[in-house]
Amino acid sequence: MIDLSVDLGFLKLKNPVLAASGTVGYGLELLPFVDLNKLGGIVIKGLYFSPREGNPPPRLAETASGLLNAIGLQGIGVHEFSEKVLPRLKNYKTAVIVNVCGDSDEEYAAVVDFLNKKEGIAAFELNISCPNLKKDGLCPALDPKATFSLVRLVKKVSLRPVITKLSPNVTNIVEIALSAQEAGSDGISLVNTFLAMSVDIETKRPRLANILGGLSGPAIKPIALRMVYQVVSEVKIPVMGIGGIFSGADALEFLIVGAKAVQVGTANLIDPQITLKIIKEIEDYCRRKGIQRIEEIIGTLKVKGKRWRKKKT
Amino acid sequence: MIKDSQAKIIHKESWKDYYLFSFQSEKIAAQAMPGQFLMVRIEPSPYPLLRRPFSIHSRNENTLEIFFKIEGIGTQLLAQKEIDDSLDLLGPLGKGFRFGVNLEKKAVAVVGGGRGIAPLYFLAEELRLLGVGAKIFYGGKSEADLPLREKFEKNGFDLSCSTDDGSFAFKGLVTDLLQTELERFFPASIFACGPEEMLKKIADMAAKKKIPAELSLESMMGCGFGACWGCVRRIKRGKREEWLKICEEGPVFSSKEIIWLEEER
Repeated sequence: MIDLSVDLGFLKLKNPVLAASGTVGYGLELLPFVDLNKLGGIVIKGLYFSPREGNPPPRLAETASGLLNAIGLQGIGVHEFSEKVLPRLKNYKTAVIVNVCGDSDEEYAAVVDFLNKKEGIAAFELNISCPNLKKDGLCPALDPKATFSLVRLVKKVSLRPVITKLSPNVTNIVEIALSAQEAGSDGISLVNTFLAMSVDIETKRPRLANILGGLSGPAIKPIALRMVYQVVSEVKIPVMGIGGIFSGADALEFLIVGAKAVQVGTANLIDPQITLKIIKEIEDYCRRKGIQRIEEIIGTLKVKGKRWRKKKT
Repeated sequence: MIKDSQAKIIHKESWKDYYLFSFQSEKIAAQAMPGQFLMVRIEPSPYPLLRRPFSIHSRNENTLEIFFKIEGIGTQLLAQKEIDDSLDLLGPLGKGFRFGVNLEKKAVAVVGGGRGIAPLYFLAEELRLLGVGAKIFYGGKSEADLPLREKFEKNGFDLSCSTDDGSFAFKGLVTDLLQTELERFFPASIFACGPEEMLKKIADMAAKKKIPAELSLESMMGCGFGACWGCVRRIKRGKREEWLKICEEGPVFSSKEIIWLEEER
């Protein structure tokens, strides 16, 4: 029996595979296909304090091995979530992580404050990085100071661990990660989607009504992996890797680089049972390699000389 | 909602760009209702990445059919699949046409435009079982766009066709044909699937004549089972107007609920 459990320090997971925010709704949407008890965790669709209308359609465009979306975080608010969703999720032994959104730092804090008292939440993931919220994809995760002040405020309020989800749309991902760490974030997850666009040449219109959207899927995996590598090389807090994971091999790349866990996103839309398949493939790999505990392989990347380091300025 | 990763193609027919596939998929077939759809994974590789939605064209005890036209890379690759190939299906998905004993012994209009005819064969078969008299209207650009004409006729359905270019039967849009027929024919309900402009015209006609209409909408979909919120449509229910997921709340909506928005970008 291979031990797939991972210890993030602030949170123990039965295995390193979680479903990423925005790709499994409120978790309930997966129930016809997946026994949630088998997953390391699920990250709930981004939650604002009040219900959110979302963007006009078209909200999706398919690109080469990628998916462009501008959903605009349509969804229920904290009241409906805690009354209708949480009680149903409580029946499952999996880490429920709530992805927290806000139009202001105060709204993030209000969501956390409201959910603090509810049972069945393992951690909060701060969505400071969704590119679809403001014009031109602006969000707090693009600026180290904005990241710092938001994370610090939420950490003051939160009774549960806080994971900060970073945006890849920055020149220096490490700087932002260090800001989150300095502000007291318990962990980091990355990456969110890449700000991108697509055009219909027949109509000369953008394929998304929002013009810009976030790119996900296999197309972004190598870039996401590079960013996770850069971040784990510099921060002390645990990192969850996200970006185009479709197989056990993809997940293992992130773990070897140093992510303590991975989140599977877009792949859930195409195969709602993919997380189970990924867990099995990781187990098969461990068996083949004679590994007893999955933690043995985390951060085992072999590199000649020193690991990548950010240039000190 | 079932995932059948080994649904074998047991029959394939084609007419130029139009294709009909039959899949062996007992569990999905057992649950399927007219107007519901399948998400078909075209390739196991990440290109094309997403599954493609197809409404269920007909259902037998163990089999399901889809009918489609080549429109893009997904349908192009799908058309190349052959008998004995197995595909991965999710289904049956969504909420189909609402009909029941209230229509028994009454007459209804079933209107399909182009490949929008796809879900209406299944509907026509089920209506017949209920003892509902269905008058079917099938329109296309020209005669070649009515490949299912023979199938309906051979199986004894009451079919009227139209072509935009007049190459076969009534010359004009299928909505013009319907308009003419509605002078002397009073259906208890209208069921339709087809291009957006056609559905909007039918919604207007139905409103004027005070006939309930059920329209099947099309959208690009991310998942098909309500997880991504990618396929929304503006829908008004009671006083509440919001973006509802076509995959979960639809694809069939009452014509009164649908808000018709001009595309502005």
